[in-house]
Amino acid sequence: MLYVENLCKRFDGTFDQPLFELVSLALAPGETVAIMGESGVGKSTLLNCLAGLEPVDGGRIRLHDQDLTRLGEDAFALLRRRAFGFVFQAFHLLPHLTLAQNVAVPLWLLDQDEALADRRARTMLQQVGLGARADDWPRHLSGGEMQRVAIARALVHEPAVVLCDEPTGNLDPERATGVLDLLFARIRSAGAIGILVTHSRVAAARADRILRLTRHGLVADPSADEAPRPVAAAQE
Amino acid sequence: MNRPHIDPVLRHLFIASLWRRRLATTLSLIAIALGVALGLAVQLIHAAAIDEFGRGLRLLSGEADLQVVGPRSGFDDRLYLELAQRPEIAEASPLLDIEARLPGRDETLRIFGIDLFRVGAVTPPLIPVAETPFETDADDPAAPTDRLAALRPDALFLSPAAATRLGLAVGDELLVQVGLHEKPLRIAGAVPGAGVGQALAVMDIGAAQQLFDRIDRLTRVDLRLAAGVDRDLAQRRLADKLPAGVSLLTPREAESEALGVSRAYRVNLTMLAVIALVTGGFLVFSAQLLAVVRRRQEFAFLRALGLDRRGLARGLLAEGAMLGLIGGLIGVALAHLLTALAFRIIGGDLGAGFFQGVAPPWRPEPELSLLYLGLGLLAGLAGAWLPAREAARMVPARGLRAGDEAEVYRARPRWGAALAALGLAAALSLLPPVDGLPIFGYLAVALILAGSVLALPGATPWAMRLLKRRRTTLVRLARARLAAAPGQAVVAGAGVLASVALAVAMAIMVASFRDSVDDWLSQMLPADLYLRASSSVASGYLDLNAVDRVTALPGVASVRPVRFETVRLDAARESVALIARPVLGGHSLPLVAGSLTPVLGPDALRPAWISEAMADRLRLGVGDRLEVPLAERRYAFEVAGIWRDYARQYGAVVIELDDFRALTDDFRTNDLGVFLAPGTDPEIVMAAIRVALGERVSEIAEPGAIRALILEVFDRTFLVTYLMLIVAVLIGLFGVGTTFAALAASRRREFGILRHLGLRRRQVGTLIALEAALTAAVGVAIGLAAGGAIAIVLIEVVNRQSFHWSMDLQLPAGLLVIFSITLVTLAAFSARLAGRQAMRQDAVLAVREDW
Repeated sequence: MLYVENLCKRFDGTFDQPLFELVSLALAPGETVAIMGESGVGKSTLLNCLAGLEPVDGGRIRLHDQDLTRLGEDAFALLRRRAFGFVFQAFHLLPHLTLAQNVAVPLWLLDQDEALADRRARTMLQQVGLGARADDWPRHLSGGEMQRVAIARALVHEPAVVLCDEPTGNLDPERATGVLDLLFARIRSAGAIGILVTHSRVAAARADRILRLTRHGLVADPSADEAPRPVAAAQE
Repeated sequence: MNRPHIDPVLRHLFIASLWRRRLATTLSLIAIALGVALGLAVQLIHAAAIDEFGRGLRLLSGEADLQVVGPRSGFDDRLYLELAQRPEIAEASPLLDIEARLPGRDETLRIFGIDLFRVGAVTPPLIPVAETPFETDADDPAAPTDRLAALRPDALFLSPAAATRLGLAVGDELLVQVGLHEKPLRIAGAVPGAGVGQALAVMDIGAAQQLFDRIDRLTRVDLRLAAGVDRDLAQRRLADKLPAGVSLLTPREAESEALGVSRAYRVNLTMLAVIALVTGGFLVFSAQLLAVVRRRQEFAFLRALGLDRRGLARGLLAEGAMLGLIGGLIGVALAHLLTALAFRIIGGDLGAGFFQGVAPPWRPEPELSLLYLGLGLLAGLAGAWLPAREAARMVPARGLRAGDEAEVYRARPRWGAALAALGLAAALSLLPPVDGLPIFGYLAVALILAGSVLALPGATPWAMRLLKRRRTTLVRLARARLAAAPGQAVVAGAGVLASVALAVAMAIMVASFRDSVDDWLSQMLPADLYLRASSSVASGYLDLNAVDRVTALPGVASVRPVRFETVRLDAARESVALIARPVLGGHSLPLVAGSLTPVLGPDALRPAWISEAMADRLRLGVGDRLEVPLAERRYAFEVAGIWRDYARQYGAVVIELDDFRALTDDFRTNDLGVFLAPGTDPEIVMAAIRVALGERVSEIAEPGAIRALILEVFDRTFLVTYLMLIVAVLIGLFGVGTTFAALAASRRREFGILRHLGLRRRQVGTLIALEAALTAAVGVAIGLAAGGAIAIVLIEVVNRQSFHWSMDLQLPAGLLVIFSITLVTLAAFSARLAGRQAMRQDAVLAVREDW
């Protein structure tokens, strides 16, 4: 389980003005949540805080009974290696590594045998439909294909939590649909907790829950209930 | 605990990046390799030369416990008889050491006159073995008949190296010059114990004394102490019994005396190699820093994936270490190649002439090689250190966003640190040398460099303010960029600064030195012609009769005879040169203090003029009293002046020729300055002298030729220096080029935005060139100032302390102006060229890539 309790983040160097506060959330394995909100409300910052990439100014994050807010920076880095997977808007594939190598990076960091890591990466690429191109280079891929590789990389080490920051922001709607289908299918089949930050209602609708980030915490998205189901949604 | 997991990460994510930026990597490798190669080669050549030289000295001292050594003219051989009878002494072996001039040949031959019945007991390697070309006695080389053959007055025994060098075999005749006469000697055998590296000859001491006109004279006595006698005690007790100017040394003291001469030169060359190595480290620094900027997002992403700070820093340090290690390995290989080549071509001498005639074999020297490999590794690690720290400090969440590169370049002004470094440099340059080496001077040079680099971030915005009046968009853009991101100026400009500073410092130093040497030569060589029987140390000389004959030649107005001798002063450990010549009456000497025409009272001491080296070493000033041993007695002189001498590093003292002759009864002359009557053709007089004295036994030269020769030697001596410097500057320039290329590449997005905003492709190129020119101009300006300061330290501290040479500061202004303009232009040009690559990228793509 992932528990977030009264998380608070202030603007750099200020004490009184919170970017957001009283953010609380509880997620069970296999559960996914989409977090929406206006630009600048701190959605990406919230993801960074959850991953320990930015310090929080209050509140607690617990993962499997471990208080993450108490971890030092390096301890958090070690935890990230094991328990977190990332999907970014800008893909962040390393251009000088083959697709298989890109997917294998998290396994390398976990000190896994290189041959074994390579096998697992290839299996993973097969699952995202790019098995035949394991030895190709990222520059030969389309945006949608790149994000598929990124999804493979986010899940290859079977993390407990997968954090996705606007994963379809760089893709056209058609490709976005395919990537989202894949992303949610893989998260669910891996039994991971999925947290998705997005502007896109189409993307958000794939999640089990939709929450809206405000300065004073997460609220249930009022439009969520009456929102049409994803297939009917054309545009944001 | 988490070290092993780094392996594939290290390989694919860090080390592999070196391969991706091959140009920068190659340059860093070249710089480190050259630094290591030059430094190690200097050390290898010197280590081998010193070793061979020292081996020669040890060989020649044999099993002697103590050695009695005197001036070059030697001492009375009665001293030997007295010493031989002392109870402390078991064996004494007398020796006469002669540097024989060989008529018609350029080289001289070192001949040892030995007592055949004594030499075996103390110096067995010098035992001659007679070989008769006709009747062979091979099975009994030490047969009595051979001993007797060695006693023949014309019998000479050559070491294998000397026989090879002179191309002589047993039975051949060799002519040696004594005064102005040629005397024949016959090769009677070999000195097999001398080893392969030592070119020397041995003959009977009585015959040598006779032949070289040194009756009753010895230059050395080797002593073996009786069993149970304490050496230090014996040394102290016997030293009291010695006449003035004669010393008693242990063989080790004699060796260190001989080797001390070349040490400062060697240290100076090593320092230059260190500079090359520092340049290498610096290139690694700028290459790594730029790589870190370019890979910022990648690192942020890897941190997000769980790479910890230490893992990141370790990866980047591993890149630096890899560069250092490979560069070091190439450098070590190159050094051994250079050394082997140098031994084959020039022997063991690096241009300063200390080890001429020593032909050492190449040796692997594993410790030295490892040491320099380590230094290469260190340069790579040191260069990678700051960028690694910078990368590890980055907040990953921020690095994941684009446009964060400027953060790196936001350097704070560091005026405090800069001033502190410069102040400390000034203070250090006032300190005396450590053990004869200008350690603090070198530290001051390093601090000046560091201080001026630290001044760059503060000076850049300040310099940009000077451009405020110009309103062109491009100038404004360039100015704004540099003022806002002075860190960019530090990365790119520091390379310019360092190479300019070092090049300027060396240019000023060498120009000043050469100018001073030239000036010195014109003062030292006032006569129209110079005549010498042989170099001052060898066996040729002119007697009074010869001098008179030259004086009497038509066209000769007057002559100035000079006598060279070496003396051992009580106060100095090493021998100094004694030059006896007419001084009073206006004969010039390049004085820096005192007077050539001292006012001498009736009971005044005799005047002496000492060289700067002597003044420094013995802490003597004008008016001080100086005791000089002449003909085994001490005479008091008063220091009347201090003169500049670039020829004799251990010091020289000039006294009046008349005083010398009166005190020593020695009327021989080594050099004769000939002043011609007005309108006389020097060629005719030269021809007349050759006829009068003999063609092969004298050398005549006009001052112009001597000067040209000496300046040629000077330039050759500085050749190694020049080469190393050019290499350093070239590497620095290449570094500037790659720096700007990398900068342009890392700013692709910025340029893309500018293109979006309406700048034309060409304008972006101009902007890049403008920024580079401005950066380089600031670097050049500060570099010129720093170079000037370093030159002053080199001249006033480093040279003064290593060689005791003063010189007049000479600014090669034209050269410096051309150099500066060239450098700024090259920087702009290379940046423009590099920028073309960045501009080729589609502007739209460059901007979107990041969204």
